[in-house]
Amino acid sequence: MKQIETLEMVEISKSFQGVYANRNLSLNVGSGEILGLLGENGAGKTTLMNILYGLYQPDSGSILINGEKAEIQSPIDSISKGIGMVHQHFMLIQNHSVIENIALGYKDTPFFFPKLSIRQKVREFAEKFRLDIDLSKRVWELSAGEQQRVEIINALLNGADVLILDEPTSVLTPQEIRELFMILNDMKKHGHMIIFISHKLDEVMEICDRVTVLRKGEIIGSADTRKTDKKALARMMVGKDVIFNIKKEKLNRGNPVLNVDHIRVLDDKGKVAVKDISFAVHEYEIFGVAGVAGNGQRELAEAITGIRQAASGKISIKGADITNLSPRKIYDSGVSHIPEERIKFGIAPGLFLYDNAILKQHHLKKYSRRSFLHYKRIKQHSMELVDNFNVFTSSINTEIRNLSGGNIQKLILGREISEDPPLLVASHPTYGLDVGATQYLRERLLDRRRLGGSVLLFSEDLDEIFEVCDRVAVIFEGEFTGIIEPGDEHTGDIGMMMAGSLRI
Amino acid sequence: MEDIIASVLQRTMIAGTPLLLATVGEVICERSGILNLGIEGVMSVGAVVAFIVTIVTGQPWLGVAAALCAGMLISVIHAFASVTLQANQVVSGLALTMLGLGLSGMLGKPYIGKPLDIKMEALSIPFLSDIPFAGQILFRQSPFFYLAIFLALAAWFLLERTLLGIKIKSTGENPSATETHGVNVYAIRYMSVIIGGGFSALAGAHLSISYSRSWIEGMTAGRGWIAIALTIFALWNPGRAIWASFLFGGIFVLQYLLQPLGISPNLLSMFPYAATLVILVLISLKDPRKLNAPAKLAEPYKRGER
Amino acid sequence: MYRIKTTDRAAITRTRTLVTNLFTLAAGIVMIGIILMFCGANPFYAISEIFTGSFGSMYGIGETITKAIPLILIGAGLTLAFRAKFWNIGAEGQLLMGAVLGTWVGLNFGDTLPGYILVPLMFGAGFAGGAICGVIPAILKIKYSINEVISTLMLNYICAEFITFLIVGPWKGSSRFGFPGTDSLPEAAVLGVIPGTRIHWATLVFAVVFAVFLTVVISKTRFGYEARVVGENPDAGKYAGINFTGTMISIMIISGGAAGLAGVGEVAGIHHHLGHPGAVSSGYGFTAIIVAWLAKLNPVLTIVSGIFLAGILVGSDAIQISLGLPAATVQVVNGTLLIFLIMGDFFLKHKIRITKWKTS
Repeated sequence: MKQIETLEMVEISKSFQGVYANRNLSLNVGSGEILGLLGENGAGKTTLMNILYGLYQPDSGSILINGEKAEIQSPIDSISKGIGMVHQHFMLIQNHSVIENIALGYKDTPFFFPKLSIRQKVREFAEKFRLDIDLSKRVWELSAGEQQRVEIINALLNGADVLILDEPTSVLTPQEIRELFMILNDMKKHGHMIIFISHKLDEVMEICDRVTVLRKGEIIGSADTRKTDKKALARMMVGKDVIFNIKKEKLNRGNPVLNVDHIRVLDDKGKVAVKDISFAVHEYEIFGVAGVAGNGQRELAEAITGIRQAASGKISIKGADITNLSPRKIYDSGVSHIPEERIKFGIAPGLFLYDNAILKQHHLKKYSRRSFLHYKRIKQHSMELVDNFNVFTSSINTEIRNLSGGNIQKLILGREISEDPPLLVASHPTYGLDVGATQYLRERLLDRRRLGGSVLLFSEDLDEIFEVCDRVAVIFEGEFTGIIEPGDEHTGDIGMMMAGSLRI
Repeated sequence: MEDIIASVLQRTMIAGTPLLLATVGEVICERSGILNLGIEGVMSVGAVVAFIVTIVTGQPWLGVAAALCAGMLISVIHAFASVTLQANQVVSGLALTMLGLGLSGMLGKPYIGKPLDIKMEALSIPFLSDIPFAGQILFRQSPFFYLAIFLALAAWFLLERTLLGIKIKSTGENPSATETHGVNVYAIRYMSVIIGGGFSALAGAHLSISYSRSWIEGMTAGRGWIAIALTIFALWNPGRAIWASFLFGGIFVLQYLLQPLGISPNLLSMFPYAATLVILVLISLKDPRKLNAPAKLAEPYKRGER
Repeated sequence: MYRIKTTDRAAITRTRTLVTNLFTLAAGIVMIGIILMFCGANPFYAISEIFTGSFGSMYGIGETITKAIPLILIGAGLTLAFRAKFWNIGAEGQLLMGAVLGTWVGLNFGDTLPGYILVPLMFGAGFAGGAICGVIPAILKIKYSINEVISTLMLNYICAEFITFLIVGPWKGSSRFGFPGTDSLPEAAVLGVIPGTRIHWATLVFAVVFAVFLTVVISKTRFGYEARVVGENPDAGKYAGINFTGTMISIMIISGGAAGLAGVGEVAGIHHHLGHPGAVSSGYGFTAIIVAWLAKLNPVLTIVSGIFLAGILVGSDAIQISLGLPAATVQVVNGTLLIFLIMGDFFLKHKIRITKWKTS
C-alpha cells in the first residue's frame, strides 16, 4: 500500500517577478520521520512546499520519490503519489458540512450520493487516528483545531504517506497543540512522513526528528534536533543572535488615556464576543492583549475604534465618553487604529499611495479647504511618510495595491502615528512582516511610548508582547484571564491562561 | 367559481414555467460563482431561434433543440469574459443582454407577427389528469411545464446528491480551495454558465412556441431580470425555485385578472416588477447567514501564482 | 506545444490605454462588419456608411451632437456611480422620470411663467425626478441590501409603464387625434436650437459643463475622495469614518439627476411633448453605460466617448434605412462594442506572451 519510502527535492529554484523565493533548495525525508522546516516569514518554506504539492511549478530542479524522478504538475498528481498538505489557511469550504468537504477532497468519491457513500470510510479513519469530529456540522461552526483535523483526515483518506503541515500550530490553543502532537506521533508510528513548517523553535525542537533551516529562499543548514539547541537554530534562522528583549527604558506610567468599563460586544453572528471587560491604558505605556486569535480581540479593538457598536459598558478617552460614537469622532478625540486585516480595512487598493496616506485624515483642516482637498500638501505628507517609515515604492503616484504587504503596513503605521495620537490601537501590526520590518515597527511603537503616548497592542506573538509591553492582559473567550507584568511570577503560566485553564 | 380558480391556476402554471426554467439555470450558474445578467438576452435568442426553426421545419422539438444550442453557444461569450478574462461580470452580462436582444431582433424581423400553425399539444397524464381540480391544473399542461419541473428536480439532485454538485457549489464558495483539490474551477464555471444559458433559452422557446405562439421584439418583457431576482428569492435552491416561480406566475396572471376591475392595464403591468422589489425587501429581512448566497458570487477568480 | 502566459501589468500608461482602446474599438467594428455580412449587407459599405452617415455631413454631425447630449449627461453621471461600484442600470428610468416631471412643469406653468424662469424650473424638476428614481435603489441597497442591478432595472420597467399610463390616461392630450401623448409644450418651455440642426444648445452646455465639473469633483474634492474610497473598499470607508449612506445617496442624486436633466432636454428640446417611452429615449440609459466604460470612468472623457457612440447610433440609423436592416442593429452594435471593450481591458491590465511549452 505504501507508495513513498523516501522523498527528495533536488536543487529547486523558483522566482516570482524576478525575485527568488527558492534558490537551489535540496532536502530529503525518510520513512517514519518528522522533518522540521524552520524559517522566518518569507523565508520560502511555503513556496517550497507548494511546489512539492504541485500548486507551483519550479523554474528548475526536480522531485525524487523512492529515488525516481516524479512529475508533479498539479495537486492531483501529488495526491495520487501519496503527498498530502494541510495549508496554514485551511482550504475548507466554510459554508459546507464536514462530509461535503471531505467528499470534495477525497479522490475516490463516487459521482452519485457522494456524502452517503463515503461516510463509513471516513468514520473508520477518524477512529484509527483518534480524530474526533462531527461530520454533519458546517465548517464555520468548528474550532480551528477541529478544522485542522478535517484537513488531516482528508489527506490521510487520500493515502498520504507524506503529510505537509504549514504552520499547523499558529491557530491552536496550547491544549489543541498537545492533541495535534499526539496525532502526529501516532502517524509517525504508522510509518508516515511529516514535513512540519514552523517558525517556532520550541515546537520544532519538541516534535521534529530533523530540522532544515531556510533563510531568504536558501538553505542555511540542517540538524538533528537531539544534537542541537534552540540558540543555534535561532542564530541560523535570523542570521544573528536573536535579541530576546529590546532594551526598553523604565518609564513611569502617566495619567490614564483609555478607560474601558464593563464592556460587552457582540460578534458578526450576534454571539457575545467580549464579556464584561474593564481596563485602563496610561500615558507612557504599552498595554498588550495576548491570546489565540478569535477570542474577542477583534471585536474589542473594533468597539474601541468605533467600527463596531458596544452592546453595553463605557469607553472613554481622557475622561470623555466615546462609547459608540462614529469612527470619525473617535479618531478626532485621539484614537488611531492599525486594523487587523490591513488589506480589508486599512487601504483602498485601487487608489494611489498618496490617497491612502490620508485615509481617515482627509477631513482634517490641513488637508482640506472647504470641500476641496489640498493635494499639494497631501503629496508632501505622503513623501514624508515614505521617507520616514522606509516605505519601499517606486513613487507615491502608484496604486497602493502594487506595494508589498510589509510596505503597506509601514505606510499605515506611519499614517496612524503621524498625528501623535494619545492612543494607538494596533492589531497584529507585525503579522506577516519580515524580520527587519518587524523590528522597525516595534521600535516605532516604543517611540510612541517614550513620547508619552499610549499603545494598546493586540498580538498572538508572545515574543513581541514581552518585548514591548509594560503590562499584558490575556484574553480567552472574551474575558481577561489575568493581567500580568513581564517578570511576574505568573509569566510562565501565560500558555495556561491563553487556554483558559488558569485565571489570576 | 371552482372552474375559474382552476383556470387561473392553470394559467399561473403556464406563466411560471419560463420563470422556473430561467431561474433554475441562473441558480446553477450563480452557485458556481458567476453572476449572469445576460439571461434576458439569451432568453430572447432562445425564443427567436425556437420560433424560426419551428416555423421553417414544422418540428417544434427541433426548434427547442436549436434554441438550446443557440442559448448555450451565446452564453460562451459571458463565460469567456467572466472566467477567462476575469472581466466585470455585471458589465459582461449587460453586454450579453444587449447583444442577445439585438441579434434576436435582427433574426426575427421577417417573422414578426407571423402566427405559428404548429401547436405543441398539451400532455395529459393518464389517470392523474382526471383528478378533479388538480388534474386540470397540474396534469393537462404544456410539455414545457413537465420539462421545467423535471429539470428543476434534476438540478436539485445535481447540486445536492452528486459529486459534481459539490464541486459546483465549492467553486462558488471558495474557488482557490476547490482548485487545490484538483478541481478545474474554470471548467466548472464554463460548464455552469453554459448550462444556465441553455435553461434560459428553453424558457425563451416556451414563450415563443408554446405560450404566445408568435414572435415580437421584446417579448421576454423583463422575465430574465425577474428570474435573477427569483434566484435570490429561491435562496439559490432549485427546489425552492419551483414554488417561487409559480408564485410569480400567479402575479403575472393576476394583472389580467384585475383588469376587469377598471384598473388601467398599464398600472397593472407594473405589478410584477413592483412585486419583485417587494419580495426582495421581504427576503432581506431574513437572517443573512441563512440566505445561502454563494460567498464568491460575481468575484473573478484568478488562477495561479500569488 | 505553445502556451499562453499572462502576467499583471504593474503600471498602465495613458498612451497604452488610448492605443488599446482604439484597437479594441477597431476589432469590435470588424466584428460588427462580420455580423452585418451574415445579414446580407456588404460589410465595408455598411461600416463606411456608419461613419459617413454620422460624421460625413453637416446634417450628420448635427444629429450626432444632438444624440451626444443625453449620452454625455448620463454617461458622466454613471462614471460617478460606477466608481462607487454602484451599478446603476436604471438611467433609462431616471431619464423618463426626469422627462415626466419636466413635462409636468412645462404643461402646467408654461402659460404663466416666462421662459427664463420656466426652463430652469423644468430642469430643476427633471433633476429631482431622476434623483428620486436614483435614490430609491440606493436606499434599497443600503437598508435592505438589495442588488442595485435588479432594482434599477425593475424601476426602468415601472417608469416606462408609468409614462404609458400617463399618456394614454390622465395626461392624454386633446390635440393628439386620439394617439397617445401629451399636448405640446407651450412656446416658453421649448428649448432653442442651433439653426439648421436639432441641437438644443442649453442642454449641450449643461452636459459639457457637467462632465468637466464632475471630473473636478471626483479628483479634487472631499466628496469625490470619499466616493472613490467607498467604491474601492466600503470597509476601509467605514474605518476612515466616511458616512457610507450619505455618500451613496449623494452619488445617486447626482447620477440619477443628470439622467433626469437629459430627459428634460429630450422632451423640451426635441419632441416638445411627452410621448411613448420608447420615443422619449432610444435606449440612451443603456448606451450611456458603454459611454462611461469607454471613457474609463473619467467624466470629462465622456464628451469624446459620448460623441463617438452618438455617431454610432446615427450611423446605425443611416444604414438601417439605406440597407434595410432591422432597428435592432443598434443593439447588436452596442453589445458587440461593449464586449470588445471589456476584452480590451484584459489586454490593458495583463501582459500576454505566447511561449513554447517546456518539454522536459
